Amino acid sequence: MTRRQFTLCAVALLMAAWGFLPEFTITMLNYIGLYALVAVGLVMLTGVAGMTSFGQAAFVGLGAYATSWFCTVPAAGAFFGLSVGSALLPWVGLLLGFALSATVAWLLGSVTLRLSGHYLPLGTIAWGLSLYFLFGNLEFLGGHTGMSGVPALAVGGVALRSVRELGLLTWSVLLLILWALHNLLDSREGRAIRSLKTGRVMAESMGIDTARYRLKVFVLAALLASLSGWMYAHLQRFVNPTPFNLNIGIEYLFMAVVGGAGHLWGAVLGAALITLMKQYLQDILPSLLGSSGNFEVIVFGMLMLLVLQRFSEGMWPSLAGFVNRFLRPIAAATEQTQRNLTERILPQRGSVVLTAAGVSKRFGGLLANNEVDLDVKAGEIHALIGPNGAGKSTFFNMISGVDDPTSGTVKLLGRDMHGQSSRAFAAGGLSRTFQHVRLLGPRSVLDNVALGAHLRASSGWIAAMLRLDRGEEAALMREARQQIERCGLGPQMNETAASLALGQQRIVEIARALAGQPSVLLLDEPAAGLPHREKVALARLLTQLRGEGMAILVVEHDMEFVMNIADRITVLDFGRVIAHGTPAQVQVDPKVLAAYLGGDDGN
Amino acid sequence: MGTDGVKQPVLELKHLSVCYGVVEAVHEVDLVVQPGEIVTVIGPNGAGKSTLLCAAMGLLPSRGEIWVEGKHIRRPTVHALVECGAGLVPERRELFGEMSVEDNLLLGGFSRWWGGTRDQIACREEVYAIFPRLQERRTQRASTLSGGERQMLAVGRALMAKPKLLMLDEPSLGLAPNIVREVLQVVVRLRAHGVSILLVEQNARAALAVADRAYVLEMGKVVLTGKSSDLASDPRIIETYLGIGARKTAV
Amino acid sequence: MDSQIALLLGQDGIVNGAVYALMALALVLVFSVTRVIFIPQGEFVAFGALTMATMQVGRVPGTLWLLLALSAVTLLVETVRHQRGVAVDWKSSIFWAVLLPAAAACLVLFLRPTSMYGQAGTALLLITPLGPLLYRLAYRPLAHATVLTLLIVSVALHGVLVGLGLYFFGAEGSRTTAFSELRLELGGIPVSGQSLVVMGVASLLVILLFLFFERTIVGKALRATAMNRIGARLMGIPTELSGDLSFALAALVGAVSGLLIAPLTTVYYDTGFLIGLKGFVAAIIGGLTSYPMALAGALIVGLLESFSSFWASAFKEVIVFTLIIPVLWWRSFNSHHVEDEE
Repeated sequence: MTRRQFTLCAVALLMAAWGFLPEFTITMLNYIGLYALVAVGLVMLTGVAGMTSFGQAAFVGLGAYATSWFCTVPAAGAFFGLSVGSALLPWVGLLLGFALSATVAWLLGSVTLRLSGHYLPLGTIAWGLSLYFLFGNLEFLGGHTGMSGVPALAVGGVALRSVRELGLLTWSVLLLILWALHNLLDSREGRAIRSLKTGRVMAESMGIDTARYRLKVFVLAALLASLSGWMYAHLQRFVNPTPFNLNIGIEYLFMAVVGGAGHLWGAVLGAALITLMKQYLQDILPSLLGSSGNFEVIVFGMLMLLVLQRFSEGMWPSLAGFVNRFLRPIAAATEQTQRNLTERILPQRGSVVLTAAGVSKRFGGLLANNEVDLDVKAGEIHALIGPNGAGKSTFFNMISGVDDPTSGTVKLLGRDMHGQSSRAFAAGGLSRTFQHVRLLGPRSVLDNVALGAHLRASSGWIAAMLRLDRGEEAALMREARQQIERCGLGPQMNETAASLALGQQRIVEIARALAGQPSVLLLDEPAAGLPHREKVALARLLTQLRGEGMAILVVEHDMEFVMNIADRITVLDFGRVIAHGTPAQVQVDPKVLAAYLGGDDGN
Repeated sequence: MGTDGVKQPVLELKHLSVCYGVVEAVHEVDLVVQPGEIVTVIGPNGAGKSTLLCAAMGLLPSRGEIWVEGKHIRRPTVHALVECGAGLVPERRELFGEMSVEDNLLLGGFSRWWGGTRDQIACREEVYAIFPRLQERRTQRASTLSGGERQMLAVGRALMAKPKLLMLDEPSLGLAPNIVREVLQVVVRLRAHGVSILLVEQNARAALAVADRAYVLEMGKVVLTGKSSDLASDPRIIETYLGIGARKTAV
Repeated sequence: MDSQIALLLGQDGIVNGAVYALMALALVLVFSVTRVIFIPQGEFVAFGALTMATMQVGRVPGTLWLLLALSAVTLLVETVRHQRGVAVDWKSSIFWAVLLPAAAACLVLFLRPTSMYGQAGTALLLITPLGPLLYRLAYRPLAHATVLTLLIVSVALHGVLVGLGLYFFGAEGSRTTAFSELRLELGGIPVSGQSLVVMGVASLLVILLFLFFERTIVGKALRATAMNRIGARLMGIPTELSGDLSFALAALVGAVSGLLIAPLTTVYYDTGFLIGLKGFVAAIIGGLTSYPMALAGALIVGLLESFSSFWASAFKEVIVFTLIIPVLWWRSFNSHHVEDEE
């Protein structure tokens, strides 16, 4: 049986047994479900998109309080024309919670997500606390005692009063969400979300608006937490601030991390492990160690430390690995489709594709680039070389949109690109590779290359979640497969990117760049660190691409590599162009010799 | 331990190899620096010269053997090599930018201070004698110095530890030719202070002009070695640097 | 609000600000040298206060048992590392794991000082070695981890220490006797001697730390490690030294803060967290790297808190923590985007 069948069987089993399991187990399962809902949002946020949040408990609180307030304050319901006890109240409360959480998340995210590294989690700790104290101090929310009398949920006229009934709802919702998120991650948008973790530059160069995507994931996680809070409120039938404090926020993160922050089911596993462990510790430890110390907290914390030191990937990968040994792998479906991706009209061979005229860049007192002129034509390989510190990297950033020149112009296909982001360059037909390979290691080569075609398709999040994007996805995969074959990596298509040799990884980056159907390809030191055999393969690929009419700019250190394949060479030294011409011309230019070997001192 | 008066080499690298993941950046390099010598390692960019120095100083893990003054360093950590009397002036200088020149120099003497010798002030005066420009700027923050002055500070800082072997990683990087000349002249004078020098340089001509012996590194392997006066006129050097020679399979 | 009340609130704010300043200093110190965002700093404060309180009622503080347990485990870990062939710095290990704990044990179990200063000194001796020991056990194995991982470790460690605090000191709060019973009148408003002690000691500590970092070679070495790790290694500055020393200083500063606030307010086993977090807000105002900004930030936090407690006392925590958001917003314009975490 395949993994999909196994999952379905497990779910069916759970549903069948639901009526017969003891009350205590049902209660436990209910809580695990509620926590898993929050943890799944965290997996998306932290594990997939790389943003750590300690404050999710605050959003759970928002969802819980929104619905509790709305359902218990008659004036609120009356505003919508609903009387007390109406079955619609909780549902409006849910929407209210969503609206509130989305707004708060959007506001907080706009401020904190722009910060990198450690500022974000610190920010989340701060507002997590802030909201907690807010809940506890607002009189109309009942202060520290909270609010009671929250009505039960009613679905289709049936009131869900018991834990058993509500648990069915919890787990149905959870499984639905897992399905939707799985679909999301398995789509064009999912690839974009995964790329957020590698940092801004690579994702932006594929045309992905990283700021917007990060905000969307953040709001998504907040909505999931809010949903959990809503169900919690209608399960408990009362709310107070205690379950929404920072400690619980920390626990949610632990659930995600322990379970396996990069895997959706890891959230469920983590929620289960932590909930069961807390329960177990609360029962066992007092009898073992006597007295009323808060031992479970101590043991809990120590176990977290251990897991962090030993299982940096969480525990899901080990479990999944174990189970997968007994299951058949799912054959990758190669769907046929008539759909086509957006096509670009490629420039004529010999026409100028990319121009830099008089480009200068000043950093404070340092003039890194000084009046550099360079152009790249379709159907040629133009190499940019120069000794260390000559300003090649700075120039590369200028012509790829990562930075703006202090003076001078950069034109892509005749269009002035001043002030444009690297996303605009990507949309304009420029694709690039990176000096230090920026691939998603655990993902397959096919998946990595498909990212390059991001701008050529348009399905959004909802379409992805509801599986409405299959046609477009098949077209994307077909394109990715074509590029991989074109670059000669067909046999490695389904391997993980991390398992390939460095030279092959460089070629994957080129295939990814090609998937965007570029007019010009910018390569950043593609031969660096490659053994000879792989350099030969790379040179062969570039020559082939040139023959097909591609405009290629190669920034390189490796002289032998460059001299063999370049049509024209521009030499930089101390930020300015010191020589320009064919390889033969450049090799005998005394200025080049002086730059590389050192000037004749004293002559 | 020198027997029958034969002095042990200050540094000996035996079959040193350094790997970055799957890529072998340095392959089985054998290298010797005798006491009082100036040895240079030259080669084109990406040849592995800096990697070699970093590994010799313990900054990078390596396979093979590192011997300092006849003693095999089993566990080459930076700390162990500093204790044995090796010093490195790294490619990026790694100065303490927010601290003054005199504080940077003072910290250069930290390892001796930690070991109990408290002569840092006297040592610093000696360094000022070698680099008068640093004395002029001694209270200035290191980040405000010019490129050449920072290079001098980096060398002076390394000298504070009174090393027996001073390794310099591309001292000419980013410097104008006349400054390069100045720096290298100082390097030559250090020999008189009993310091042996291992100099890694991209600027082959300048390096060969000051060194006694040279190794030419290409793609991680030593392809040429000999007296620098012999190598200076060797046409194979130009080929190595400009990729003309040794064309393997043409495409 | 008249000027009398304003001055009183101002005094309150400055006194609290002084404690937050010490918190912020410790946090900036530890972060800049080791890249650890040390959330459990507040626990050192609580432990300091509660240890003193326990000794004042003549009992043996649980801190001693924690110290001895950690020392034993540390020695075990170092022995295992030595067997594995890692170069172990036995001098510092023995200093932190044997010498100081033994001295503390002697003081607590045998000498049993009864003077306030004797007890204060004992408390400091009990808590300071906890810093380097926790560094070795929790953080050193993860020396090359990302800042984020280290932060999660900090959070986990915080949980453990709070739990231990409850176990050792119980759920009841304590208050110690003041260092000074003075009651002065300055400019028409009452100033307690304890407030003066707080401000005086805090200022003294700040000055001593400043002198340490600016005038001594070890202090400069610590600063250098914070600025440039590779450069520091090349100078022969042992990385362990920086870790040990910065955590030791943090623990010392934390303990002193605890001793200072214990007479002013009832300290519970979990009070430290909030104090630490407010110190955090101050440290973040300083970008986790600038000491003067952190000090200024601490004063702002202290004053904001005391004035909020007058006008909207229920919401004073909300206000202080929400302050983070505009600070972060402001910082987002200043900070260079530390690009991709590779």
